[in-house]
Amino acid sequence: MAKYLLIESRDPFENNIVARQYDLAANLVKEANEVTLFLVQNGVLPARPGSCSSLLGNAARAGVQVLADDFSLRERGISANKLADGVTAAPLSVVIDQLAEGRKTLWH
Amino acid sequence: MKVLNIVEAAYRGTLEEQDDTIIWICHAMKGASADIDVLLRGNAVNYAVKAQDASGLAFGDAKQTQPPKLADDLAKLKGKGVKVYVVEDALTERGIAANELIDGMDLVARRKLAKLFADYDQIWHW
Amino acid sequence: MSKTLTFALMDAPFENARSTTALRLIDLAVKRGYNVNVFAYEGAVYLPFAKQAQHANAVHGRSVEEENHPLPRAWIAAIMKEAAAKGAKVDWVNCGLCVDERGAAESIEGVRRGSPADFWNFAKSSDNTLVIGTK
Repeated sequence: MAKYLLIESRDPFENNIVARQYDLAANLVKEANEVTLFLVQNGVLPARPGSCSSLLGNAARAGVQVLADDFSLRERGISANKLADGVTAAPLSVVIDQLAEGRKTLWH
Repeated sequence: MKVLNIVEAAYRGTLEEQDDTIIWICHAMKGASADIDVLLRGNAVNYAVKAQDASGLAFGDAKQTQPPKLADDLAKLKGKGVKVYVVEDALTERGIAANELIDGMDLVARRKLAKLFADYDQIWHW
Repeated sequence: MSKTLTFALMDAPFENARSTTALRLIDLAVKRGYNVNVFAYEGAVYLPFAKQAQHANAVHGRSVEEENHPLPRAWIAAIMKEAAAKGAKVDWVNCGLCVDERGAAESIEGVRRGSPADFWNFAKSSDNTLVIGTK
């Protein structure tokens, strides 16, 4: 088993490859890995309950830890207390923690 | 340390740079004895198409004499022992048939990427 | 023993959120006392460009001083200063060919010229590497 950190900086409203990254995260869990999907920049936009949020909910139900950069959320006026199911606000320092831990880390 | 380099963005500055700068840096790292392979996904799968031709660019009387030759660059990487994976689903979605590709590409199904990643210590998504 | 992280950056300043996020990450790593290697590729060689300058902003109705326009070169200098204060190091390498193409040779102090071999050596000797590609 390995640990992965997938950082997603893009959003599924503008880019249809983003949903595939969420699927990749879920597939990595199916391969018995531990996976964090960390949303940053416009990547946090689907964390506001809306038409693409279920994609994140699906990833969370598949066992992916879905986190959203608290600064990116605040920058976009998205309340950290009203996020889509399965998404939790987190500080960017989580990325440094997980990099330092040695996780295989991909930025998209 | 074994690293998989993922290329997704395609034709980004390739005319000005005379190559894809990620394929180029993979060549340079291989020259420094790096243990690397390459995965093409999204639009970058088009780099494996044999028929690409970027010649003829000119501005006023200034002619560009060295166009990028992206498929050749991939073939040369392969020649140096670098595996070049291409996401098969991305080819199909784009209407690219297998016989349109240069030789030596390793086709991989999108659903098998998670398994492929297990073979590498790090995965760099450029 | 402190950790060492390597970052590969590609974006020029003022064009994309990625450059700011990258510097936020590097700042966080330095605050932890980690050593940080940066390989600046393509447009990222302009991040530490010495000639970045602030300006007034008539739309905002602010003078140069009031506007206090962010300059990535100043952010990088501040990060390097913080690293030094913590006994850590930021080793910033600008890709030499990228510098040449762009005429970006004038960088702030602490930035050196290098090549992809430097990046591979950084990656081999670090605890982990994060590549932030451009789009």
